[in-house]
Amino acid sequence: MKEQEENNGNSRRGFIRNVAIATVATAACGSLSCSCKSKTDVAVTNKKVRLLSPDGEIVEIDSAYLNHDEHMAIVSKLEAREGMAGKKFVMVVDLSRCKNARKCVSACQKWHYRPEEMEWLTVKLMKDSEEGAPYWFPKQCFHCDNPPCVKVCPVDATFKRDDGLVLIDNDRCIGCKFCMAACPYSTRVFNWEEPHQPFDIKGLVSNPETNIPARIGTVEKCDFCPDRSREGLLPPCVEACPNGVFYFGDENEDTVSNGDETISFKQLIKDRAAYRFQEELGTKPRVYYLPPKDRQFPVERGYDDLPEKLKDRFKGILEQKS
Amino acid sequence: MELNTYQKIIFEKQRPVIEKFGIKNWGWTIFYLLWIGVGGYALYLQIAEGHEVTGMRDNVVWGLYIANFIFFIGISYAGAVISGILHILQVEWRKPIIRIAEMITVIATIIGPIFILLCIGRLDRLHHLFIYPRLQSPITWDVLAIGTYFAGSVIFLYLALIKDFAIYRDAKLNIPKWRQKLYKILAIGYRGTPSQKRHIKISTNLMAIMIVPLAIIVHSVLSWIFGMTLRPGWHSTIFGPYFVLAAIYSGTGVLIMAMWVYRKIYKLDSYLTDKHFVYLGYIMMILGAGYGYFTFSEYLTDWFASEKWTSEVISKLFSMQEYGWWFLFANVAGILLPIVIVAIPKTRTPNWIAMASFFMVIALWIKRYLIIVPTLESPLLPMQDTRMEYVKYSATWVEWALTLAGVATFFLFFTLMSKFMTVIPISEFGDKEKAVAPSKENLPETEIAPA
Repeated sequence: MKEQEENNGNSRRGFIRNVAIATVATAACGSLSCSCKSKTDVAVTNKKVRLLSPDGEIVEIDSAYLNHDEHMAIVSKLEAREGMAGKKFVMVVDLSRCKNARKCVSACQKWHYRPEEMEWLTVKLMKDSEEGAPYWFPKQCFHCDNPPCVKVCPVDATFKRDDGLVLIDNDRCIGCKFCMAACPYSTRVFNWEEPHQPFDIKGLVSNPETNIPARIGTVEKCDFCPDRSREGLLPPCVEACPNGVFYFGDENEDTVSNGDETISFKQLIKDRAAYRFQEELGTKPRVYYLPPKDRQFPVERGYDDLPEKLKDRFKGILEQKS
Repeated sequence: MELNTYQKIIFEKQRPVIEKFGIKNWGWTIFYLLWIGVGGYALYLQIAEGHEVTGMRDNVVWGLYIANFIFFIGISYAGAVISGILHILQVEWRKPIIRIAEMITVIATIIGPIFILLCIGRLDRLHHLFIYPRLQSPITWDVLAIGTYFAGSVIFLYLALIKDFAIYRDAKLNIPKWRQKLYKILAIGYRGTPSQKRHIKISTNLMAIMIVPLAIIVHSVLSWIFGMTLRPGWHSTIFGPYFVLAAIYSGTGVLIMAMWVYRKIYKLDSYLTDKHFVYLGYIMMILGAGYGYFTFSEYLTDWFASEKWTSEVISKLFSMQEYGWWFLFANVAGILLPIVIVAIPKTRTPNWIAMASFFMVIALWIKRYLIIVPTLESPLLPMQDTRMEYVKYSATWVEWALTLAGVATFFLFFTLMSKFMTVIPISEFGDKEKAVAPSKENLPETEIAPA
């Protein structure tokens, strides 16, 4: 037990809770062997996990035989602070393809069990100048390289990792909201009331990489889904977009992918004259935008199909044009 | 402790105040406690249901609480700076007012931080500030600065009190045993020996010198919570001195108001004389002019350069549909009124000066609100939110109840402290302080005898 604690750097309570969840899962299946995958399917990882069997014995099995809960934190909190070695996550958003389909928003909310009002990823209707053409502007956290939010956190609850991500430990956050005041992009959201989440989610151990479950009185935001990156998957917003607006990848590897194509990051931002939002603030965002030139959809397409409630958000911006 | 003639007169006058807790005192105390009770219920709701019950939302993340926090830390400057500077400059007329000033400091420094705690979503994790501290964060600077400042101002108040505690101890006051014991402990064996006198003098001088820079640090650090961000209207290099000056200014105002109230209630006209009001009025006028200069400079540069985001905030402050009237009031009552009242000889009287201070202090509270809220309502990205409470801040009854509870706590502490110690320091009227001793004709014999 002690060793285990040191190995994964998890808190004692966290470990016990993990064991408890695993036990419940096991018990529900009736026997230990049946909850495991059939031994021939999987490659042995040599990572041993200790479990409490229904008979009350501690057994040790290879991690590969377990059915991982998709939202069970796969790394310890300590590892979650360091980041993935050798990576430098980056995102490119192609504004010329966005028609405000909002599939990214709902995919994000679904993946993170967040309610409809809570948008880590939001789509704004931008109009840079009076005569300028309006365009749809999806915005996640920019995971800045010079993050104003991280600078002001008094308890190191939000931090910058080696792989470029800015994450939040919502077990440490004291909810002073200073990071929200400091972020010039209004990226962060606060749990003003007890979050409404499914019962089985509430019992999980929170981890900066998953941000699940949400905690009342703490700050949260887009995390670039490192839990999915660890499994080689793209973030849900990237996968869900019907038009391939988002390219996500690794700057060190110089590849980004929108799910359909995988291309060179440097070439893409060079060819398409990418820019970063409000470069003059000096925050050095890790999100690049491709200007909305040669657009695939007229901007009204994103407005006309919206439910009334959402239309209200953009009232007065499109009408001026006609 | 042997009292000289003047000290005897002063002490006998104040003796009934600290001996008795009259029906009026009880009435007010219960009134304050009721308010605090309402605040307690509001706080319970806020903790039980989350910050949902406040008017704060994702855009306007801070509201009344932070304005109150700046306000209370601001008025705490009464003792720290006014009393400290006057001590360093050896200004003789300060002596009757230092106790009131230092009481304001200590009480306001207790209440101010309570308001920042009300802003915090997870009070149960407050210890994280100490187990995971990050020195880069202006909030950590605040914790350190306010902690040190509070300790410093308690010591400063206490040093000036030791001699008085010795007087209460030896005076055979008609008070319960525990209080007599407490005075004895607090007097720490002071007998007025030359060496004891010297030690107190040196310590007080040292504290006076230390408390002034400490106070300046506290409000600068506080202003940097805003100045260090990339927000229009906050990200300003003059915020440090601007806040410091506004703090001394509002502290002077509260000091004048407190003096006026005490003079009225306890008929202390011969100690808190017209001269004190006029002198503090002059100080207030100079500070008001300085504060006005900073205000003008800040908004003129913002308005003239008219950067996109800054001008959005400015236009909200100047627009009569938004914050225009408040902004106008904050500047007329907060800058012009005190200057004019003190400048005209006819209105240079305690009543007028106290009235001007009252409006000025209110105006400065509004100014703090106008620094916080309009900026937070002007994010760099368009809000495009249909939830009105997310777009525009309006404080809920919970926030107002807690604000009033804070004010009630201030008055309650003041009442209790002024029942525990004399508001006019007795020992300060020493051998060579005849200059400030009351003139006999101001003191009818009948009033000297204890009631």
